[in-house]
Amino acid sequence: MNDFPYLSVLTAAPLVGAVVVALLPRHRPELAKRVALGWSLAVLVLAGAAWAAFEAGGDRMQLRESYPWIPRWGVSFTFAADGIALVMLALIALLVPLVILASWHDADSPGAKRSVPAFFALILVLETTMIGVFAAADVFLFYVFFEVMLVPMYFLIGSYGGARRQYAAVKFFLYALAGGLFMLAAVVGLWVAGGQTLDWQLLTQADLSTGVERWLFLGFFLAFAIKAPFFPFHTWLPDAGGAAPAGVAALLVGLLDKVATFGILRYSLPLFPDAARWFAPAALTLAVIGIIYAALLAVGQNDLKRLVAYTSIAHFGFIGVGIFAFTSQAGTGAVLYMVNHGLATGLLFLVVGMLVARRGSALITDFGGAGKLVPVLAGVLLFAGLASLSLPGLAPFVSEFLVLVGTFTVNKPVAVISTIGIILAAGYVLWMIQRTTQGTLNPTLSSVEPMRRDLSLRESFVVAPMIVLIIVLGLYPKPLTDVINPAVEATLTHVDATDPAPEVPEAQP
Amino acid sequence: MTTDFQLPAIDYQAISPLLILFGVACLGVLVEAFVPRPARRRVQLGMALVGVLAALGAVVLLAGTNVVTAGGSVTVDGPALFMQGALLAFGVVALLLIGERRVEPGGAFVAQPAITVGSEADQRQASAPGATEVFPLAMFSLGGMALFIAASDLLTMFIALELLSLPLYLMCALARRHRLISQEAAVKYFLLGAYASGFFLFGVVLAYGYAGSVDLAAIHAAVDTSQMNPALLYAALALIVMGLLFKTAAAPFHVWAPDVYQGAPTPITAFMAACTKVAAFGALLRVTYVAFERLAWDWLPVIGVIAVLTMLVGAVLAVTQTDLKRLLAYSSIANAGFVLVGVLAVGRTGASSAMFYLVAYGFAVLGAFAVISLVRDREGETTHLSRWAGLGRRSPLVAGVFTVVMLALAGIPLTGGFTAKFAVFSAALEVGEGWLVIAGVVSSVIIAFPYLRVVVMMWLSEPSESTATMVAPGLLTGTALGIGALAVVGLGVVPGPVLDLAHDAALFLR
Repeated sequence: MNDFPYLSVLTAAPLVGAVVVALLPRHRPELAKRVALGWSLAVLVLAGAAWAAFEAGGDRMQLRESYPWIPRWGVSFTFAADGIALVMLALIALLVPLVILASWHDADSPGAKRSVPAFFALILVLETTMIGVFAAADVFLFYVFFEVMLVPMYFLIGSYGGARRQYAAVKFFLYALAGGLFMLAAVVGLWVAGGQTLDWQLLTQADLSTGVERWLFLGFFLAFAIKAPFFPFHTWLPDAGGAAPAGVAALLVGLLDKVATFGILRYSLPLFPDAARWFAPAALTLAVIGIIYAALLAVGQNDLKRLVAYTSIAHFGFIGVGIFAFTSQAGTGAVLYMVNHGLATGLLFLVVGMLVARRGSALITDFGGAGKLVPVLAGVLLFAGLASLSLPGLAPFVSEFLVLVGTFTVNKPVAVISTIGIILAAGYVLWMIQRTTQGTLNPTLSSVEPMRRDLSLRESFVVAPMIVLIIVLGLYPKPLTDVINPAVEATLTHVDATDPAPEVPEAQP
Repeated sequence: MTTDFQLPAIDYQAISPLLILFGVACLGVLVEAFVPRPARRRVQLGMALVGVLAALGAVVLLAGTNVVTAGGSVTVDGPALFMQGALLAFGVVALLLIGERRVEPGGAFVAQPAITVGSEADQRQASAPGATEVFPLAMFSLGGMALFIAASDLLTMFIALELLSLPLYLMCALARRHRLISQEAAVKYFLLGAYASGFFLFGVVLAYGYAGSVDLAAIHAAVDTSQMNPALLYAALALIVMGLLFKTAAAPFHVWAPDVYQGAPTPITAFMAACTKVAAFGALLRVTYVAFERLAWDWLPVIGVIAVLTMLVGAVLAVTQTDLKRLLAYSSIANAGFVLVGVLAVGRTGASSAMFYLVAYGFAVLGAFAVISLVRDREGETTHLSRWAGLGRRSPLVAGVFTVVMLALAGIPLTGGFTAKFAVFSAALEVGEGWLVIAGVVSSVIIAFPYLRVVVMMWLSEPSESTATMVAPGLLTGTALGIGALAVVGLGVVPGPVLDLAHDAALFLR
């Protein structure tokens, strides 16, 4: 181990890059794009170094750093990562450069009404807040990043999105802020009940009374359920995902929303273990409803981006099931799902974005037979779709399988009902692909000039690494599971769950 | 012991900030009389700024002092000094806004509020270079506020209340543009303020009847020992607190605020929102914590209901506003509710959290009104929300400051607004007032919407023909803006020093 302050540097680096990019002159957009891309690649290298410094079998929390911040409240800049945080950090560092590359022309607009450097600066600011939220080991710091994250996302959707972007941005912000403020009440409560500290490590040893614990759990859970989102707090996501530029949408569902499931694993379960067990049946119910309900809605969508957003809600249902099943397979599956979903849905969003950018419309009915014009792009869409429906051999299958197996051992009804979600997934993905890329060529489609251009070199650089990773992690997920497993098991010991027959109380919501 | 009349011993150093403020105010009157008109503005502004800064310096030098002086009528203790310091810091920023001439030819003020609107004389004064009477008025008001916070008997407090209020009523009527609503605001404020003063005075009388003294410490002692009917005491408490809550603009005593905030000249609105709030809460804290602390269990539920009502009324009504000054007025009502949450956590943390909140809110609101004074068309300021569409595109820097302020008021982390909310909520939860925190969170969610709508207007809407222009800030407004923005961000990123200061200062001397 060396003492390099990986996590704080990793958090601060994109912010510095954002300032640099923001200060670049507006009339030199190419320069801003290149600097942003270069900077995010440097962050990726740094994240790789942090990964190398992390010992897979070592302590639960590693790379720990702590600097005093507000001594009166016992609040400090404390960073530390466990395996779960580490894989998420790696995913962020990987996805951001790809998204920057994919969004190369997203901010260009006729008449240069929107500032290109600002767009890329905002993406880097977003990266800072996302890295910070996963790297924080102080509840206050976590909360700060959790809330600040909204601001760059708000401007990304609101300023650079498509139709109804204002409505979507405000809805996104208000939903998340509402959840966040309830979490603030819970954070304050935790601070009071936990002995005026917000250090994660100290709080895990705090002894809270049952009533207090349940209220605090509820405050946190509400925020996370809105953020993820779980049914019935999901209505903002299709709007936000539909209105955001494709790259931003990929960040939104691929990374940003993972904060919620990560937060449940890192904060809700270890800090409020009894309440977590008490609320588990309710949470499982919401998750299962989410899987089925969102899948059904996805089948009925005619807007590609909204469709992908709904699939994402269904997938978050699976993650929720994996977390609240309280077995190590299901837990590992859920974390793995977070990574794989980031890759698969991220890829799906980016590819859909490429199609939409060519067609100038996101409506499925405006496509039809597109595969005849852009065969490679259609192939990538098929691949992303198959990954998203968890085709065996691809990464998401591993995680979905683990979640279902882990759940089946303890809670058969939930596992069985969730399986229906897989069938529906095949339905919405394949039907969407059939209507957009297969079948007879839509005559209006060939008259759209950009539809004749297949995958460009830049776009291949975007999709290739993701395709490779999805295949590799589908065949050999061990590098990830090695890191994730100890953290998941440590989390489960907090809730006193043991494999293979953990105690899960019967549902009494 | 001697029976001869003795002059009360006065600790001149302890009351030096007050002496400086009143001295400069009196000098300002002389300047109006003797200095030739063209030079007056410079002299007045310079003198006022130097005076307030000197008073601020005196407050800093006094740090740690704990004395009751001037025959027991003035208490100089931690809370008094902390809030006087905050008050004077806000005073500097407000004076910068008041002194600005670059933005509007002749300044934002006229000489004679009494002149009938639209009359010939009124039209003449509309184009005359601005009046400077506003400076001594503001200094008297500031002095009154500083005394209000430090008064240790109810009579001194009443005098200070009148001293701070009367110049405020007058200043409200001084607007150069939109004279009619300015005058209307002044009359409304005066009438309702006079009522409130009457309530306060009636309460003082009843308190005297009960305790045989108007001294806060004596009332505290009398709560346990007096033989009088306790109904007197409760009535006194209710009337005094009502008078004070009127000044803080807490519901249901808030109805004056929107009209007055909208009608008053913007620099005066800023002055009221930041400074009056500090003064009123300073006095409220002192009265409730020093004189009526033993009745805390009786007034806690009542003021608790008022706090919840204030937060909700402010938040809900803010949602429907389309005028920025009215929006900020309702926001100031809601924020008064948040401060009350801190006040209700009776004790050291309660006082320190309320004081910290006042500091964070004051700087934010000063910044907000500084921006509002810059957005104009030919008719003067344009405060209608729709006229702000796309301003972010045209003047990103100033619009950026306004955005930061809005985010601070909405309670987004890394701004002073967030740390302040954390402070009052944690103080309230520590004493088990969870219901106040829930109400606070709900109102924060509601009021986030109007703040956000302003941000949407500025950044996400396309500029149209009716979009107002942003006047480049002059040196004075620019400085005020800078101070506001820096303080808002500073209190969010490194709140430690101010929190410590508030904590160290939060013990009342009885």
